[in-house]
Amino acid sequence: MQNAKGSREAISPSSYPADLARNEPTSELLSELVAHLRQNRTLLREGWVTSITEARLLTAMTQEEIFAEATSVYDSYVAALETGTFEALQAYARNLSERIIPRGVETHEVVGIVLLLRDVLARSLFAKYQADFEKLNRILDAYEPAANRIANTVAVGFVQERERVIRQQQEAIRELSTPVLQVRERLLILPIIGVIDPQRARQLTEQLLRGIRTNRAKVVVIDITGVAAMDASVANHLVQTVEASRLLGATVIVTGLSPEIAQTLVTIGVDLGKMNTVGDLQGGIEQAERLLGYKVVPSN
Amino acid sequence: MEVPILKQGQFLIATIQAALSDADLVQLRTALVRQVVRFRSLGVIVDVTAMDVVDSFASRTLLEISRMIRLRGADTVIVGIQPEVAFAMVQLGLTLEDIPTALDLEEGLAYLQQKFTTTD
Amino acid sequence: MTQEAQIPISSDKDVVLARQQGRLLALQLDFSISDATLIAMAISELSRNIVSYAGTGTVILKGIQGSGRIGLMIVAADAGPGIADIALAMRDGFSSSGGLGLGLPGVRRLMDEFDISSEPGRGTTVTGKKWRL
Repeated sequence: MQNAKGSREAISPSSYPADLARNEPTSELLSELVAHLRQNRTLLREGWVTSITEARLLTAMTQEEIFAEATSVYDSYVAALETGTFEALQAYARNLSERIIPRGVETHEVVGIVLLLRDVLARSLFAKYQADFEKLNRILDAYEPAANRIANTVAVGFVQERERVIRQQQEAIRELSTPVLQVRERLLILPIIGVIDPQRARQLTEQLLRGIRTNRAKVVVIDITGVAAMDASVANHLVQTVEASRLLGATVIVTGLSPEIAQTLVTIGVDLGKMNTVGDLQGGIEQAERLLGYKVVPSN
Repeated sequence: MEVPILKQGQFLIATIQAALSDADLVQLRTALVRQVVRFRSLGVIVDVTAMDVVDSFASRTLLEISRMIRLRGADTVIVGIQPEVAFAMVQLGLTLEDIPTALDLEEGLAYLQQKFTTTD
Repeated sequence: MTQEAQIPISSDKDVVLARQQGRLLALQLDFSISDATLIAMAISELSRNIVSYAGTGTVILKGIQGSGRIGLMIVAADAGPGIADIALAMRDGFSSSGGLGLGLPGVRRLMDEFDISSEPGRGTTVTGKKWRL
């Protein structure tokens, strides 16, 4: 038997195409296919689970768990083939992902098991229709685009869920690690350390502004001693932070401005004369206290 | 929708509600100028806490209010700009230039009071 | 994702309506309050441009999907006089409100994707997209 797969042309997976020079319409072929998959459900599912284990996928899950999920996936798979709609499958995929991602299951595993299922089912079709080569070709023609679409849907659903989880975790980390410190009444300090990308800069700005409102801050000291370099877009963010803070009634003092960063600011058009800058953090805090009306008593 | 203007001693307080039309803002400007003259107020607080968007027209009008009131010898303080709104405003380059701003009504009043009692 | 709204723009009241709908749609799409505000501001500016320069036009707001992300698309279109020099209109002076006072550089900063096409005498279409983080 030839390898029929390679010789067939790609069919758009977005809809079930009407068969042209063939005998039965695609939908009838698929009904036949679906019936076959349902009839042999137990056998095929078992074969699939075995191949999953052999391929050393889903090692984070127990056999019972794999079996349970495999049953649901199998049924959803067949239902998608039957109805030609993928919303339910997509919803299920995200649902499944929500369950298995905390278990440590990875993207390549999910893609792997769906492709294994596709192959297990394809092989059973080969076995069933091997006597009728024409029919086998037609059935595979109907099956392949749908099977590929299913694999894609499940993979995308998993990846989306995974990305959502990662975003949530990153957000939580950032919230924990952003230091908007209230050192005195009405005085906030925001020490910025390390490399700042635009997204982080945006997040710092938002947290600072919220902090100004929550703490009723009147002066903010932004210390950038620990920032090595700043590109134009982040420098812009700094200026915008100063301006936005002012709109909330707070004065901003920038401390720790290195000559390089000062240069960057000048390059983007900032009038440093208008920006309130002090050499170091300590000096900045003292000036802030003066602004707030505290008497600064030198320590002996 | 007319913006309510309250008199508090020597100051006027205008509290803006959300969903203000352009015409309402212009009307506020006229009303504030008139009332500053009428009551010889020393300061005006415009409370924009309820404004969920302060766009270019609103910014321009607030600036106009400040200028016109200054011509009548009074100060204007804008209070209550929300953090998200402030962020969006600076992205659009709407900085309200040199108009004094404060966190809220309380801070706005404190600012005006401080300014006008330093002659003690 | 079939949330879509079309708002005819011909007065400042429509500007308010358009940005309120934009804010609502953004919140429905699970954007943060911060981003919903940015979106509302962008819509406000674009709608104002329509009223100021073209008299009438349309704003279309649509929930969109792309590369697995969810976003909001704003299309502001008019059949007005058009912009002769788009480069000038888009010139971003630091903290300025746009070369021609259209605020377009600012709107571009608010959006993740921005596109403008304009033909003098034919009209202008501005498209902006914001993706949910």
